[in-house]
Amino acid sequence: MYVAVKGGEVAIDNAHRLLADRRRGDRDVPALRLDQIVEQLALAVDRVMAEGSLYDRELAALAIRQARGDMIEAIFLTRAYRTTLPRFGYSRPVETGAMLVERRVSATYKDLPGGQLLGPTFDYTHRLLDPELAGDAPVEAPAVRPEAPEPMPRVTEILAQEGLIEPDGAAGAGTEPGDITRQPAEYPMDRDVRLQALSRGDEGFLLALAYSTQRGFGRTHPFVGEIRIGEVDVELDVPELPFAVPLGRIRVTECQMVNQFKGSMKAPPQFTRGYGLVMGQSERKAMAMSLCDRALRAAEFGEDIVAPAQDQEFVIAHSDNVQATGFVEHLKLPHYVDFQAELGLVRQMRTEFDERRGASAERKEAAE
Amino acid sequence: MASAPRDRSRDQEENARRKAAMAALSAAPAEDLRALWREAGICVEARTLRGPETGLVTLRGRMGGGGAPFNFGEATVTRATVRLATGEIGHAYALGRDREKATLSATIDALWQRADMRATVEERIILPLAARAAQAEAQQRAETAATRVDFFTMVRGED
Repeated sequence: MYVAVKGGEVAIDNAHRLLADRRRGDRDVPALRLDQIVEQLALAVDRVMAEGSLYDRELAALAIRQARGDMIEAIFLTRAYRTTLPRFGYSRPVETGAMLVERRVSATYKDLPGGQLLGPTFDYTHRLLDPELAGDAPVEAPAVRPEAPEPMPRVTEILAQEGLIEPDGAAGAGTEPGDITRQPAEYPMDRDVRLQALSRGDEGFLLALAYSTQRGFGRTHPFVGEIRIGEVDVELDVPELPFAVPLGRIRVTECQMVNQFKGSMKAPPQFTRGYGLVMGQSERKAMAMSLCDRALRAAEFGEDIVAPAQDQEFVIAHSDNVQATGFVEHLKLPHYVDFQAELGLVRQMRTEFDERRGASAERKEAAE
Repeated sequence: MASAPRDRSRDQEENARRKAAMAALSAAPAEDLRALWREAGICVEARTLRGPETGLVTLRGRMGGGGAPFNFGEATVTRATVRLATGEIGHAYALGRDREKATLSATIDALWQRADMRATVEERIILPLAARAAQAEAQQRAETAATRVDFFTMVRGED
C-alpha cells in the first residue's frame, strides 16, 4: 500500500530561509565575492571543477559559496547544473606534451630536458600555520628568470627509447571512447571509461585506495615518472568551419606513474604505467588516480586480483561521491511506512521466537 | 588544373590565419576585447543567426599522454554566429559563459573575412590581443623558470 503523507511545507520553507541566513552569517562581515573564491581558494575551486566534472571557475566558486564550503554539496550542485546544458561536442584530445608548464617534477630522473620546475608547491614548506596570513600583509611579486622556452618531452618518452617501459595505451577495437555520462556502467569496464570515472572520482576515496596499494593490498612498486601542471589548448571540430576551432586554454594536472613489473605469462619484465589526468591543479588526486589506474589494470597483466584497489566494480562503482552521498544521505529522508512494515515484521518474528523458546523450555522440562 | 594545388595551399594559409585570429579572440579576457573593440570604433551591422548560447564540450585526453583518447570531463563553452549586411558569416566559440563576448567575437570573425576590413581588424584587435597573451605567457614562463632546480654536486675527499 502506498500512503501519501502531506505536511511540512512551512517547516521546509522556514528551514531554507534559516539556511540562507546561516550561510550569510554575521551581516557585519563582508559577503564573499566569487572572484575572491576563484583567486584565493583556487584549489577548492579546482576540486569542485574536477569532481563536479565541469570546467568553469566561476560556477565552481558559486557552488562553494552556495554550499557554505561543503565540497561534496558544491560538487553535487555543479553536476546538477551541467545536466541543464546542451552538448556541443567532444574536444580534440588535449596535447599535454605541449603544455604551458607551471610545475613539472620527476622522481625518476634528476636531469631531464626542460628540468625540474617546482612551481607554486606546498612541498618543502614546514606546515606551520602562518599568523601573517590572518591579516592582509603585502605579498612579494614572484621571482623571474627570463629564458627561451625549452621543449619539455614527457619523461615516459625518454624511458620508451630503451624499450623498458610499456607504450602509451593504444586504442581498442572501438575507435570512439566510451562516455559514462551517456552509457550505463558495465563491468568489466574498458580503461578509457575507467579513466573517465577516476578523473571525476572522489579524491579522498581514491587517495585511500592508492595508499592501500602502497601498504601491500595489491602492491604496485610505483615511482613518479612525472607530474606536470599547466595549461593546454582545447580545440573542437565543428561542421561549420574547415579547421578545429580553438576554445581557449584549461589548466590540468597530469601524473605518469611508473611501476616495476616482474613480468607474467602475458607480458615480459618491464616498467608498466598508471596514468592520471585531472582538471585544475590537483596533484594529490592525479597521483592517486594514476596508482588506481595501474592497480585496476591487474587483469591486463595477468596479475592476481587480491585487493580492493584491483577490483573494478569495487573502485569505480564507489568512486563517485555524488552517487555515494545520494544513497547514504537518502537514509535520513522519511521512511515511515517502510519502517512500520519492518516493525510489524520484527514484532511477528519476536513473537515466533518467544513461542519457540517457550516450547523448547517446556520440552526440556518434560524430558527432565 | 595546374592552379588547383596553389588554391589549396592558399586556402590552407587563409584557414590558418583565421584560426589564429579566432584563437586570439577566444583566449582574450572579455574586458580587453571590449576595450579594443570600442577603441577601434568600427561601425557594423551584424544579425545574429545562432545563439549566443552556452553548452558543454566534453574534454578529451589521451592514455599515458599520447595513447588512446578518453573523456575526462566537460567545460562550459559559449558560441554565436552572426551575418553582416554584406553577407559574411562569422562564428565564435570560447570557454566560459560570456554571451556578449561570443557575439562580439563572431562579428569580428565576420569582419576579418571582408577584404576591406581584415587589415584593420588584425591591426586594431587581433595583434594587440595576441601581443598581450604572448606577454602574459612570457611572464608566466619566467616565473616558473625561477623555480627550476639547479642541482650541484658536493665534492668530497682530497682529490
